[in-house]
Amino acid sequence: MVEQTNKIISSNDVHLFYGRNEALKGITMDFNESEITALIGPSGCGKSTFLRTLNRMNDLIPNVTITGTVKLHQQNIYAPDTDTVALRKEIGMVFQQPNPFPFSIYENVVYGLRLAGIRDRRQLDEAVETSLQQAAIWDEVKDKLHESALSLSGGQQQRVCIARVLAVKPDVILLDEPTSALDPISSGQIENMLLELKDQYTIILVTHNMQQASRISDKTAFFLQGHLIEYADTKTIFLNPQQKETEDYITGRFG
Amino acid sequence: MNSKKWDKVATGVLYFIAGIMILILAFLLIYILVNGLPHVSWHFLTSSAKSFQSGGGIGVQLFNSFYLLFLAMLISVPLSIGAGIYLSEYARKNWLTSLIRSSIDILSSLPSIVVGLFGFLVFSIQAGLGFSILSGALALTVFNLPLLTRNVEESLNTISESQREAGLALGLSKWETVLRVVIPEALPGIVTGMILGAGRVFGEAAALIYTAGQSAPPLDFANWNPFYIASPLNPLRPAETLAVHIWKINSEGIMPDASQVSAGASAVLIIAVLLFNFGARYISARVYRRMTGGQ
Repeated sequence: MVEQTNKIISSNDVHLFYGRNEALKGITMDFNESEITALIGPSGCGKSTFLRTLNRMNDLIPNVTITGTVKLHQQNIYAPDTDTVALRKEIGMVFQQPNPFPFSIYENVVYGLRLAGIRDRRQLDEAVETSLQQAAIWDEVKDKLHESALSLSGGQQQRVCIARVLAVKPDVILLDEPTSALDPISSGQIENMLLELKDQYTIILVTHNMQQASRISDKTAFFLQGHLIEYADTKTIFLNPQQKETEDYITGRFG
Repeated sequence: MNSKKWDKVATGVLYFIAGIMILILAFLLIYILVNGLPHVSWHFLTSSAKSFQSGGGIGVQLFNSFYLLFLAMLISVPLSIGAGIYLSEYARKNWLTSLIRSSIDILSSLPSIVVGLFGFLVFSIQAGLGFSILSGALALTVFNLPLLTRNVEESLNTISESQREAGLALGLSKWETVLRVVIPEALPGIVTGMILGAGRVFGEAAALIYTAGQSAPPLDFANWNPFYIASPLNPLRPAETLAVHIWKINSEGIMPDASQVSAGASAVLIIAVLLFNFGARYISARVYRRMTGGQ
């Protein structure tokens, strides 16, 4: 079977400085459409920082300087005329701690749509059902859509946050250790959901959990001290790593 | 002694201190209400004050207090919300914003009589507003603004950064995130602060003595044209408030029933302030439930 692979995001020589401290030292990598890419590496290696350069969330931190280019659909998102608001509608993000708004489940999911100006009740209802189904939580919450999202468990909250992202129909979903605050069962549910979603979305996932990376990702990138050490098919990384550092990390010799 | 015993001793001491606080508060409340409530009647609440005879009421003063409060809040609420949002969401950490914060803190600790005299010089004399509701409302704004601004800023600061990230990552602009995510979440705290601020303003006397004045000319409740001099709505008329009235009766009241009027007015004032406080809790709980979709 020949897989059609299309580059959707490509970064070229991305350097990032917090003040004078260089956190990313020239990251060049491409992400393919409809694949799950896992970014792994020890704490402080730059994987989360790199993830946040992809939707320009690092812009919010004072004293950050970024050089190099990141292209989404061939457009450099660091070009001066980039509309970051529009960019973040195309590249959704899910965080480590579930962060639903303290509103009802329904309101959480339609928040992005409402602000985009959609008023039609039927359209909103439909988006809620579709997104919650995609996020594999519809059956659990369909009878209490108007209750507070904060009344849900952590795993359910995280899936509502994913539904909230899906509702605005992004092309790419970034997930920053989405299951590290969750129990194994909830984590498993989210992993299965991501596998379901990858046909329609490009998924980039930062994880500390190497089993998780090996279970669900197509490609894996190993980061160490701000460098991209190795980036290949997940199988290659885990079974036949080319770099010594990768092998040491995977086999648990450090990190 | 072992740590368990110390724990008991410390707990006991804390209970004792808390008990003293509650006793003082309860004593004050009961004393004021027991002395004042027998003099409070519908007639007392609605009739105008008398300078030389007994049987005067506090109707005009009560109205003045509410109207002044309304005008003061009308000016200070939007200003404090704007300033609070700026300080919490937009201001960078630099010498200018820390100067602004220090100024606000200093302003909030100004004695209210100083604010009153400042208001007298600036609003009553320089701006030519004289003893008027407007001068009073502006003085109260100076008095209240720093506290309200700090309250708004602190309410916004309690909202976790992850909520702002969630909004921005969802493709909301910064302003949309502030307006649609951060402010709604902080609203219960903001509303509480506003109502408590209203209670503080309602009971304020010193800032008003030289700004809103110490006289309460009779009002014509049949004429609501704000430009008519005896109209209740006229913002340029002098307006003694309830708190100022209490102060005035006690310092120079010559009516025969001065002490009864003062006691009754104090009871009304304290009930109003209590209502503001309980109202703050009730309303902020309701706002929170509405926002969060809970029952």
